[in-house]
Amino acid sequence: MKVIVNISLKEGVLDPEGQAIKTSLSNLGFENLNDVRTGKQIILNFVNLEENEAVLEAKKMCEDLLVNTVIEKYKINILRN
Amino acid sequence: MRSGVTIFPGSNCDRDIIVALKNITGKAPIKMWHKDTEFPNLDLIIIPGGFSFGDYLRCGALAARSPVIKNIKNHISRGGAVLGICNGFQILIEAGILPGSLIRNKKLLFTCRDTMLEIQDTIISPFLSGLKKEHHLNIPVAHNEGNFFASETLLNELKNDGRIAFKYIKEVNNDTDYNPNGSSNDIAGILSKNGRVLGMMPHPERAINNLHGGTDGLKFLTKSFEQIIG
Repeated sequence: MKVIVNISLKEGVLDPEGQAIKTSLSNLGFENLNDVRTGKQIILNFVNLEENEAVLEAKKMCEDLLVNTVIEKYKINILRN
Repeated sequence: MRSGVTIFPGSNCDRDIIVALKNITGKAPIKMWHKDTEFPNLDLIIIPGGFSFGDYLRCGALAARSPVIKNIKNHISRGGAVLGICNGFQILIEAGILPGSLIRNKKLLFTCRDTMLEIQDTIISPFLSGLKKEHHLNIPVAHNEGNFFASETLLNELKNDGRIAFKYIKEVNNDTDYNPNGSSNDIAGILSKNGRVLGMMPHPERAINNLHGGTDGLKFLTKSFEQIIG
């Protein structure tokens, strides 16, 4: 059972990487952008857990280590085949 | 003074600070491997700079969950002093020992250069009480994630509680590049509530010999160690 955690910076936290990507995109002619924000994805492959248990476990992992909740937010999704 | 220096995989300023401790106090610190948990009682623990665990996940995040951190927390609750330099500062924040966050430098560049530090009016702290406020310190930085970020509430709290230790300061009036990372309110280092834990981005151990280009780091460390011994 795979659970996907998507982590991104909260609104209002400077994302200089996103800004640099936006500049590069506009150099390529992509002008229809207000803003570019980056993030990271972590795929957790659980063994022997029901969906709801896996989500709860993933949430605890986010709070304990995976996410810095001062500057980051996260979303947990279940990956179904 | 009984001191210890933590070592994580990827620490790379540990030997520099060990040399500084030996030169100043005449006594070598104990080395604290990240997996170890049993240490004698110490007066000072230094968490050195580097790239612990390759900066994986977030700078300092994995080091902050290492077994040695429990010992550091116990040391702090006994009133022990802790100095976190650069990656050490990031680790202290990730461990929840100091507040806020250290994010990517505003200009997206790894910055390695001298900075001028202004000593702030703080609560009583062994790291600052031996220094004269009017003397600025010239100490180099070398980091990619040193941009101190915090909510307005926390920034006000740090200021009002006298917990901002150092700010980057202009050497000349028209200097627009004096803050190397874009940190909020030009913050370069902060203190814990009891003043006995200091996290700072600049590297004092890289300014302890005239061959380094300056000795303000030596001055800062010497005064701190004098105060810690008491």
